[in-house]
Amino acid sequence: MAGSRFPLWLGVSQPRVEDDRLLRGAAKFLDDIRVDRALEAAFVRSSVGHARLLKVHAAAARAVPGVAAVFTHEDLRPVLTYDRIPLALPSNAIHFDVDPPPLAYDEVCYVGEPIAVVIADSRAIAEDAAALVEIEYDPLPVVLDPRDGIGRDASKARLDCPNNLVARHVIKYGDGPTAFNAAVHRVKDCFRLNKGGGHSIETRGVLARVDGEGRMTVWDSTQMPHRAKAVLVDVLGLSEERIRVVAPDVGGGFGPKAVFHPEELVIPAAALKLGQPVKWIEDRFESFTATAQERLQIWDMEAAFSAEGKLLAVKGQLFHDHGAATPYGVALPYNAATNFIGPYVLPAYEIEILMCLTNMVPAAPTRGAGRPQGTYVMERLLDRAAEELALTRDEIRRRNLIQPQQMPYSVPVVMRDGTPMTYDSGDYPEAQRRVLAATDWQSFPERRKAVRREGRYIGIGLSNYVEGTGRGPFESAAIRIGPSGKIMVSSGATAQGQGVKTMLAQIAAGVLGVKPENIHVVDGDTDATTLGLGAFASRQAVTAGNAIFLAATRVADKARKMAAHIIEASADDLEFSGGRIVVKGAPDLGIGLGEVAKALSGMPGYSIPGGLEPGLEATVDFQPGTLTYTNGAHVAEVEVDPDTGKTTIARYVVLHDCGTMINPMMVEGQVLGGIVHGIGATLLEWMRYDEQGQPATVTYADYLLPTSDVIPRIEIYHMESPTPLNPLGVKGAAESGTIGAPAAIVSAIEDALRPLKVRIRDLPLTPAKLRTLIAKARETELRQ
Amino acid sequence: MKPAPFEYHLPSSLGDAVKLLDTLDDARILAGGQSLIPMMNLRVVTPSHLVDLGQLSELCGINETASSLRIGAMTTQRQLERSELVRTCCPLLAAAVEHVGHQQTRNRGTIGGSLCHLDPGAELPVAAAALDAKLKVVGINGPRALRFEEFPDGYLTTSLDPGEILTEIEVRKAFPHEGHAFIEFNQRNADFAVVSVAILVTVVDERIGQIRIAVGGVSYAPIRLIEAEAALAGNSADDQTVDTAEEIASAVPCQGDEVSPAEFRQHLCGVLVRRALKQAIERAKAA
Repeated sequence: MAGSRFPLWLGVSQPRVEDDRLLRGAAKFLDDIRVDRALEAAFVRSSVGHARLLKVHAAAARAVPGVAAVFTHEDLRPVLTYDRIPLALPSNAIHFDVDPPPLAYDEVCYVGEPIAVVIADSRAIAEDAAALVEIEYDPLPVVLDPRDGIGRDASKARLDCPNNLVARHVIKYGDGPTAFNAAVHRVKDCFRLNKGGGHSIETRGVLARVDGEGRMTVWDSTQMPHRAKAVLVDVLGLSEERIRVVAPDVGGGFGPKAVFHPEELVIPAAALKLGQPVKWIEDRFESFTATAQERLQIWDMEAAFSAEGKLLAVKGQLFHDHGAATPYGVALPYNAATNFIGPYVLPAYEIEILMCLTNMVPAAPTRGAGRPQGTYVMERLLDRAAEELALTRDEIRRRNLIQPQQMPYSVPVVMRDGTPMTYDSGDYPEAQRRVLAATDWQSFPERRKAVRREGRYIGIGLSNYVEGTGRGPFESAAIRIGPSGKIMVSSGATAQGQGVKTMLAQIAAGVLGVKPENIHVVDGDTDATTLGLGAFASRQAVTAGNAIFLAATRVADKARKMAAHIIEASADDLEFSGGRIVVKGAPDLGIGLGEVAKALSGMPGYSIPGGLEPGLEATVDFQPGTLTYTNGAHVAEVEVDPDTGKTTIARYVVLHDCGTMINPMMVEGQVLGGIVHGIGATLLEWMRYDEQGQPATVTYADYLLPTSDVIPRIEIYHMESPTPLNPLGVKGAAESGTIGAPAAIVSAIEDALRPLKVRIRDLPLTPAKLRTLIAKARETELRQ
Repeated sequence: MKPAPFEYHLPSSLGDAVKLLDTLDDARILAGGQSLIPMMNLRVVTPSHLVDLGQLSELCGINETASSLRIGAMTTQRQLERSELVRTCCPLLAAAVEHVGHQQTRNRGTIGGSLCHLDPGAELPVAAAALDAKLKVVGINGPRALRFEEFPDGYLTTSLDPGEILTEIEVRKAFPHEGHAFIEFNQRNADFAVVSVAILVTVVDERIGQIRIAVGGVSYAPIRLIEAEAALAGNSADDQTVDTAEEIASAVPCQGDEVSPAEFRQHLCGVLVRRALKQAIERAKAA
């Protein structure tokens, strides 16, 4: 992109326009919003993993002073159009939809499932009353493992479903059998990958109010207010103009807040029934069992290699734990299975994806949406093959990486949107080369040997990854300039801390020659934008960013034409500067944007000059053709204490390519945050359940999030391979940190313990688990 | 979560506090609140009454005697951490308190509170066990004293009678030629210890004189490795002795959980005793 259209502010680490307000404590997160007469809600949740729900005794709770109501499914059903929340995403792979109920009836399917809601003057009173609600359960067996769960003798996770295999999908291309026959080396392994929750700093929450004219406003700590509105319109039977959903300041999301949860319907329904505003703030304890998370995937894989270490084929099965309902369809395991391929040439692939219903909270995208798992498994298989073929880990990757001249590279897999999976741009070998050059990769073996003489174990690991970003079908952005000269931007995009306002303002400001902080941005409000999707799948810079770029360009073109007419100059001689349109080389000759807007807003009786249409505004719904692929490479250096099993990450280096960077500082923030989450998922975070489906980790004393003492200095190097798929050349950056981390860290740990021949498969790798692997390896060695 | 309803009391003297606790039914003592308040917020405990000892200045402070330090139960962990007296006279306690929670929580957490809560992962009880601390307690029937050994009674349970208040912890000063060590294992710096070890050892003429080894995280309360102490006393302060200590420590019966199973803790016990003993011996030799 060249010429005066190209945003001036692109590539500038502009301080964020959000921050001043946030740092002054002037933010309005959900709990900051004060609404007159608002009652507070507390949910009564299932305390068993699976049971017939026989009876809910709420009389004692209803009698508590200060309690306005206790609602069960039966109580709310009159204001709902269905029994279940219609969230199913279409897919041929799905055998039967499992939409969640807003409040459970007949059957409860996970600990934490909401059964009743208590509405009272305060949360404390609501909790007192909730403790008095008695539930009669008839316990049923629980399903907790996605592999056992689809076995022949498995009990049902849900009585209302034919079995636990909610979806089966096969991705297949190439001639696997021939490849396996020709293979000189085969690597076979099984990986159990636990994940956990997103654990945003702010938990979820909903505040619903119906005004005097019957119009409902719902403040919702969500990533997708338009989708939430669509669901409410459908299930509450209210027409569009009667509902507004607003995402206020949101303190983090990273996936779980993109999914529509039952409380987002129950609270508005309760407000409707009571004729009074109702507020619910999820507390942290609740969030462990009430908020979607990703969980167990079991990968049983086999890879075939040639004598030179080239991948010939991979086959296997992916058993995916989808929890007790399927609000997100096949997206998660599909992402995992496709991201598995990574930046490598894989001539033949066959993977059977089996999605199992289990008695745990529904699984939904959480920090990487399945992609980290796929990358982890491929990288482990490559490490294994490298070992067997006596190749270095970087060399085996070099031999398999897609070469830049092969771009755009088509993988014979069809995406959810019907388009073939195509890597559009990127130089994967160069990315690996650069990250290794930034580290001690070449000289590390010497250092490792020297340190081992001191009795210490250090290791270095590498991983490569890709990430499909910018998922469609579209995102909307609108720009309007008023007679005051103020520029207003609105978008269906939503912010959870990643700097969406800055991103949009920076692009628009660049086109219009103003400062980003002078642009007023409204996001996440269904009143401000009719259509929108929101934040998920690392998409907003691609979709909303390009939408605002195109909208701003349109407005700029029109403003230039109008200005040319008014000041009687040629449009080509004009440029944007400081909120004005001026003649190039003669900045005194010009007109303010506001004046242009005023001229275009018309005066009664006078026609708009220049034959232009009225108004200085534009709305664009940018529809990306297909995904655009970000890529990168991670290198981790670790020290392992083999006596305690503790791993310390000494150094972390990442090479990151997300195409054109709008704001490099913000990109770095996203990459850093993602890596921190990746470290957590690899070494610390483990959402555990016992054999009855009772969660064992329900506070941060048990569920360990990474703290500053476990995070090393992270060094980020950038590469920019702009995508040809959108005008700005941008790709998504949000999740890539999480995708590469587990593989790099585990590779480093195996490297550190190479003399002990420790094989790492499962995640998370806690000290106790690593100690067990070390002890087993030593045992094996002693016996030999 | 919100705590269940309770009544709050703020006595202005120890005598008032004792009387209150004698008359109130279902009351709990509030010290620093760093353990109790989260438990109340989670409704794990739901006392009807909270008796806050925060006004009782007579329970704060560190006083020195010829052979010991007498520490008020309401002395904060931060005060211990910053005390020159504790650092010079009782370095084991100074070492242990650095591991307690976060710097921020140490501003409110108290030594008395930590001992009475008796979390298996807590560090101060382990140090108290190694130091053979003497506890002073006051109830409606007057004051009494007990040794730390007699204090734990079960998981999160002490042998105090309901209504009794821990007022003072007395710890001996370091012996001549004594070295100390406090080592713990956790995944993050501020976490409760999975296993922790406190060692005091005197070394004279290259031989071990007195030795005390206390281990936390393997049972509901800290244990003393009496067998190891007996086996090591009088031995040469050398590598072989350290090996012996590790061997005995690796065989200590342990309780565990899914994240850190018994076998893992047992192994850690051996590793940490080895490392702590080496460190303590080095310090003893330098003393």
